[in-house]
Amino acid sequence: MSKKKNSFIDFFASVKLALFVLFCLAVSSIIGTVIPQNKPPEIYIQQYGENMAKLFQVLDIPDMYNSWWFVTLLGLLCLNLIVCTIERLPNVWRMVTLDNLATDISRLAKMKDRKTFHSDRSLSETASQVITSMSAKGWKAQEKKLDEGILLFAQKGPWSRLGVYVVHTSIIVIFIGAMIGSYLGYKGSMMIPETTSKDTLFQFGTGTPINLGFKILCERFVLTRYDTGAPKEFLSDLVVLEDGKEVHRQSIVVNDPMHYKGHTFYQSSYQALDKFLVTLTNNNTAQGERFLVEPGKEVKWKMGQADITYGIINRQGTNEPGILNYKIWFHDGMGEPTNFWVKDGGSVSVPRGDTNYTFTLKEFFATGLQVTKDPGVWYVYIGCILMLLGLTVAFFVSHRRIWVLVSTEDEKSSVLVSGTSNKNRLAFEKSFESVTNQIDNDLSV
Amino acid sequence: MTSSQLLGICTLGYLLASAAYIATFIFKTKKSGVVGTIITLLTFVIQTVAIGLRWYESYQRGYGHAPLTNMYESLVFFSWAIVIFYLLMEIKFKNRLIGAFAIPFAFVSMAYASFGKGISQEINPLIPALQSNWLIAHVVTCFIGYAAFAVACGMGIMYLMKASSKNNSTDSLLATLPDLKVIDDITHKTIIFGFLWLSGGIISGAVWANSAWGTYWSWDPKETWSLITWFIYAATLHARFTRGWQGKRIAWLAIIGFFCVIFTYFGVNFLLSGLHSYGSS
Repeated sequence: MSKKKNSFIDFFASVKLALFVLFCLAVSSIIGTVIPQNKPPEIYIQQYGENMAKLFQVLDIPDMYNSWWFVTLLGLLCLNLIVCTIERLPNVWRMVTLDNLATDISRLAKMKDRKTFHSDRSLSETASQVITSMSAKGWKAQEKKLDEGILLFAQKGPWSRLGVYVVHTSIIVIFIGAMIGSYLGYKGSMMIPETTSKDTLFQFGTGTPINLGFKILCERFVLTRYDTGAPKEFLSDLVVLEDGKEVHRQSIVVNDPMHYKGHTFYQSSYQALDKFLVTLTNNNTAQGERFLVEPGKEVKWKMGQADITYGIINRQGTNEPGILNYKIWFHDGMGEPTNFWVKDGGSVSVPRGDTNYTFTLKEFFATGLQVTKDPGVWYVYIGCILMLLGLTVAFFVSHRRIWVLVSTEDEKSSVLVSGTSNKNRLAFEKSFESVTNQIDNDLSV
Repeated sequence: MTSSQLLGICTLGYLLASAAYIATFIFKTKKSGVVGTIITLLTFVIQTVAIGLRWYESYQRGYGHAPLTNMYESLVFFSWAIVIFYLLMEIKFKNRLIGAFAIPFAFVSMAYASFGKGISQEINPLIPALQSNWLIAHVVTCFIGYAAFAVACGMGIMYLMKASSKNNSTDSLLATLPDLKVIDDITHKTIIFGFLWLSGGIISGAVWANSAWGTYWSWDPKETWSLITWFIYAATLHARFTRGWQGKRIAWLAIIGFFCVIFTYFGVNFLLSGLHSYGSS
């Protein structure tokens, strides 16, 4: 029975399984890039015919990366990583914590990197000199007295053997973060017309409305363009309202979101609503009013004694791309009407007899926000950092060990230096040579 | 002198350097190898200056940004990274024959940049989504990885050429190439280096995506193909630990892996749709 169990564990710990799963993941991932994802069923029937479309539905191809078989492959990779780590880690840990001073002496004479020296000094003097020489090259040696003489041992980077397992663990951490995010998080969008507030986002894919529990007010949206007319920046002045009270305020642009209560609000798009935000102020009485105006439609408003009517009757390009001039027809119920031009985003003084009005106009937008809640994202980030650290250690740091056996031979002290490294043998050979040269120089003095 | 003119000169430079290295390979003349190195170094310096100049030119136009934002700029940087990677390898391994298999990649990249249909050399202002410091981190890490994989592919080709030769005489063309074991070792080390940078590239892309759009991974074709590439190279690195997977199979994987890199780089932009399709401008 135990032999069967062993081969079962061996299979799940094996590199062969890893190769198989990685290739399967690679090849199957290609399918999802060639066949459009998350489209309405009609698209697939149109492009591939009814029969293929049916097959796709069965295999969950339209949402391939969340399909049962793809997730199973990912799960299999995880299992492979976990079992491999549990299986191999104990042995690796043993190597890391090994008492190298208990090494069989006869092995030292067989190591590839080794050198022998002789010295006229006594056993203990030679040994202490060697320790000093090694320490000059950054090797801190421990010593142990044996029947054969004095055994010295120094090592660098024993923990680097764990690098591989840090990489494997990092992948598992990333998966955990992804799962936390997909079960406990959500992503969606909000379209908030300027000067209004909303408290509900619409989830991507399903369109399900989700109530935030607080309101987001877009006070202002500004679109700036380059000289070429291409969009340069989308900016929204956002205010968070809890129970009608302002609790947080922030201006956001693309790549610079707002964080609030575990949610992140990203400037993602905008919508031009073919309306204009107009403010009209009576400078004499300081009375002012804000309007949402459609072009070509008349606005009527009673302000103090005056019966104001106005409307946007024409427009004209300016030499600034995307900025237009608008012609306003304005009447206050007294005397003749006035026509004037006001630039998008601009302000104009309108003198009417004794009264002075200020008229401002701005294109009216709705800001498009992307809202996400992802409690797993920090796990993913930690996993990513672990992966980079693990890869660096696994590939670029090696476990290097040096033993020195100082013994008495024909009334002289004999020094046998041996070394080994689990990676980067060429680099170790150079390092070994540098230590042995130091020892040689110091002993010949 | 504009940066585009300088970069045109670099295209020619890498062509001449490739020719010199290939001559060393075919005619076994050491001198042409030295010529190759000198031309490569000179062209590399001009290319570095040109990249800096283009960066400066963008500021002169009033919408300054690092020259890493469209197909033209990425091809130039790709070529630059291949060359710097190769030069460091030439110093480390002291073998100019690698140049015959590496510099042609740098030349082809520059040639496509300079003469490719639909590759605009214009300096354009950045759309809001690209206005981020993560742009530099993400593009640089990805392309250093791509460059390493390009060189590994060259090594794979070198390996297969040498391994396929039945003629063992020391006069044969392929006998001047390093030992199979050495080529295999260099291929492996190059893949390791590329894998580290590709991992950094994917991660920096994910962090940027999350800070810009709130999603670190959306199975966008570009993201997915970079992951496919990552899977292939991860498999390659593990395959060495399985018996029977050394040498030829690793060489093939280095070549297949690079096809994945090319598809991730170009195929996605031109053949598929998605977020990264603006890279085709």
